[in-house]
Amino acid sequence: MNAPNKSGWKPEMQAAESGFLGGPVTSTGNRGLMLKEPLLFEIGRADVTGVDLPEVDASAPTRLGGLARSEAIGLVGLTEPETVRHYTRLSRQNYGIDLGFFPLGSCTMKHNPRLNEKMARLPGFADIHPLAPQNAVQGALEVIHQLGEWLCTLTGMPAVAMSPKAGAHGELCGILAIRAAHEARGDAREVVLVPESAHGTNPATAAFAGYRVEDIPATPEGRVDVAALKARLGPDVAGVMITNPNTCGLFEKDFREIADAVHAAGGYVYCDGANFNAIVGKVRPGDLGVDAMHINLHKTFSTPHGGGGPGSGPVVLSEALAPFAPLPFIRQNASDGSFYLVEEENREERGPSFGRMTAFHGQMGMFTRALTYMLSHGADGLKQVAEDAVLNANYILRSMEDILHAPFGASGPCMHEALFGDKDFTNGLSTLDVAKGLIDEGYHPMTVYFPLVVHGAMLVEPTETESKAAIDQFITAFRGVVERALEGDEALKQAPYYSPRRRLDETGAARKPKLAYEG
Amino acid sequence: MRYLPLTDTDRQAMLAKIGASTIDDLFVDVPEVARLDGPIHGLPMHASEMAVERHMKALAAKNLVAGEVPFFLGAGAYRHHVPASVDTIIQRGEFLTAYTPYQPEIAQGTLQMLFEFQTQVARLYGCAVANASLYDGSTACWEAVAMATRVTKRKRAVLSGALHPHYAQVVKTMAHFTGDEIADALPAITAEPDLEGLMARIDEDTACVVVQYPDILGRISDLTPVAEAAHAKGALLVVVNTEPVALGAIKSPGEMGADIVVGEGQSLGVGLQFGGPYLGLFAVRDPKHVRQMPGRLCGETTDAEGKRGFVLTLSTREQHIRREKATSNICTNSGLCALAFTVHMTLLGETGLRQLAAENHRLACLAADRLAKVPGVEVLNNAFFNEFTLMLGGKPAREIIRDLADRGVLGGVSLGRLYPGVEALEHALLVAVTETTTEDDIERLAEELEASIKETV
Repeated sequence: MNAPNKSGWKPEMQAAESGFLGGPVTSTGNRGLMLKEPLLFEIGRADVTGVDLPEVDASAPTRLGGLARSEAIGLVGLTEPETVRHYTRLSRQNYGIDLGFFPLGSCTMKHNPRLNEKMARLPGFADIHPLAPQNAVQGALEVIHQLGEWLCTLTGMPAVAMSPKAGAHGELCGILAIRAAHEARGDAREVVLVPESAHGTNPATAAFAGYRVEDIPATPEGRVDVAALKARLGPDVAGVMITNPNTCGLFEKDFREIADAVHAAGGYVYCDGANFNAIVGKVRPGDLGVDAMHINLHKTFSTPHGGGGPGSGPVVLSEALAPFAPLPFIRQNASDGSFYLVEEENREERGPSFGRMTAFHGQMGMFTRALTYMLSHGADGLKQVAEDAVLNANYILRSMEDILHAPFGASGPCMHEALFGDKDFTNGLSTLDVAKGLIDEGYHPMTVYFPLVVHGAMLVEPTETESKAAIDQFITAFRGVVERALEGDEALKQAPYYSPRRRLDETGAARKPKLAYEG
Repeated sequence: MRYLPLTDTDRQAMLAKIGASTIDDLFVDVPEVARLDGPIHGLPMHASEMAVERHMKALAAKNLVAGEVPFFLGAGAYRHHVPASVDTIIQRGEFLTAYTPYQPEIAQGTLQMLFEFQTQVARLYGCAVANASLYDGSTACWEAVAMATRVTKRKRAVLSGALHPHYAQVVKTMAHFTGDEIADALPAITAEPDLEGLMARIDEDTACVVVQYPDILGRISDLTPVAEAAHAKGALLVVVNTEPVALGAIKSPGEMGADIVVGEGQSLGVGLQFGGPYLGLFAVRDPKHVRQMPGRLCGETTDAEGKRGFVLTLSTREQHIRREKATSNICTNSGLCALAFTVHMTLLGETGLRQLAAENHRLACLAADRLAKVPGVEVLNNAFFNEFTLMLGGKPAREIIRDLADRGVLGGVSLGRLYPGVEALEHALLVAVTETTTEDDIERLAEELEASIKETV
């Protein structure tokens, strides 16, 4: 397989010609700027510290109740320059949005504005305590209140719970509100309906809240099967959890009809708002009959993903569910405009709230970033965000569908993500190989093998962050890798070649888990 | 608009390629009645960086900054000095703008960091395995209870009265829906926690007993007897720690026989941030319990060339594989806060953490002795680390705290705020002291507290 393919990519020849893989062996194992970095525990020392603190006075009196530590903890330290170098070297083995295109579907890897970071670090936000007297933190309460009001405006919903700490925590908030609402009217229900294409967090959340989960099938065009859903509704169904736009990248155009049917059967409608960025400023979910929807501030409102969080998942609620919102929440005094927290003690105002989900008020550091982003974009900019995200995704869909199976390409325009499948690949090649091939081309792969309803799913979400030039370049690279998969290029099975690591043995890692450094 | 690279020319060219004439053709599946025809009403139009900065700074200026006044608040969130290099590292785009390491070949930075983090947390807690973080200490506490019910196949959890009341609230909220039984209690205002009473509440149906260490009143005591009592009844001991710095001075929960150790990691690297984002820590002492753990786990492996590398592993516990049978619904966790914790812990090392803990304790002892001299004030605790409880001789602590804030001192957390409506706790004040507290701050608190007590009826 040394012949160049249509994209001009010649993996083995290039490797040999460039000397990159077959070149001289270095004594350090480094390759120019690609630097090997040992584990902290291999380079740190127990007697080294990077912080100047007073020496421990072993003779000083203590009041530790006889529990002073006698055994070593087993930690190691580095001086400041060593620490900075260690983590800087590690950082260079990571792909991030700052480095390039990151079309991880459903995750919305958009640019993280640095103004957001600067604002979140203002001491007036970063250096205040969650239990400070409320007269000392009026500005912080105002931030939460203002952000909450704008989330209500953008979604057309009357109320919001700000404390959930991420999307899945927001789902839990919404589902608990639904359960509390049913309990309040003495109506025990057992089942939550979830489409097959849902995020795994949806069934996990419903199960965690004590519900039995039943799947709703999809139509061949990639949307909820409305007839099947309606047929399943009944007095045992507490509600539905539907992602809209859905994980196949399509708008659920019958959402209102679904919501009306669910309501008529005494249930509630949970909308997974992970994909709200496609419709922000264009459609208000409240107009579609939603009772609860979480909003991932780390997706739609640009707070950084941080290598796996922290996120933030405020939940907007309908009139029916609002009274059950978790504590604490913020209210404004009509008399003097000041803000205050409603907590366990405010017995009248807390009403039938289902209680507290987290120790404090939620992800303040994410609130300041999201509010900064909203102010930057404004009403006009947020609408443009949704439009550009959808435009970019459709452009990719239509630029790829001639060579790559797009299972719902005929279902109309996609929203903010384009979904493909691997059914036409040959020679045993699959989605995984295309993903790894894209790594060699300098891209973070799309989301793979999700949603589960498509064989070898590839979910591409470009977001509004990318320029046309960047997307065109990606399309060229993506087409090149797909062509190799269609042709059955064996070399693709070994990709990636040029990343800090080659394919990793995940089976071995799980068979004999090594989850901490030993030694 | 500064964040949007497409030009109108680009947009037209792209629409042409798609075969659409206007952008609204792409929203054709949205029912017309639900479509908005212009920018939504109720939000301002876009604004320059300078204008946004002005708006946010005005909001920030309305808060009393902890670092600008004598500051003594704790109760689950502690103000420590964070070395400058921590924030520099976490702002590197390769860490800041990456996501959950689904593609390990290009996420070794995050993965190796998580492996180091898991090792640091496990060692600090005296455990075998720690996960890659949860949202915060309170949700980690619930996850521990839920895990204990899975391991023991029992549905009853006994909470110590001296568990942080917000943590207890979170557990009770969740248990209401899962059908687990929670036996909780109020803290006894005594110099030593009532461990005998706690142990008496453990029975054959108990999945776990949950104890905070140091507890909500700042007290510390040997939990070995509680571990033995729990194990004798087939229950697990869950220990909750809200101040990881304490474990630089006192025995680890694992050494005392805790089965699951959870806590809040905010003290190291993360900062106060008005309550979030914080860092949930979760560890188990016995590796046999690993497959019942919630959350992500990073494990060591090798790549196709035999090089050491790291991956997320044992994901068959998790929601994206197991769906409704997952051990937790958690997806996004606190990755960047874990990085901040790890960088701070690396800078400290064994030596620095022990010095930091000793300095916290030294200043706390100074403060306790000085505040005990204020007329009408008594220190409740026999033992403490960096936080203790003051009894205010019948004066209402919440009013005193508000009055102190007006005097420019953030004097602590009143138990009246944490336990509203519980008369026995209204006169108690929690005071936390860290390395950021100066001797002048302590003197100032003592003086203002004396004045405030005199003037408060």
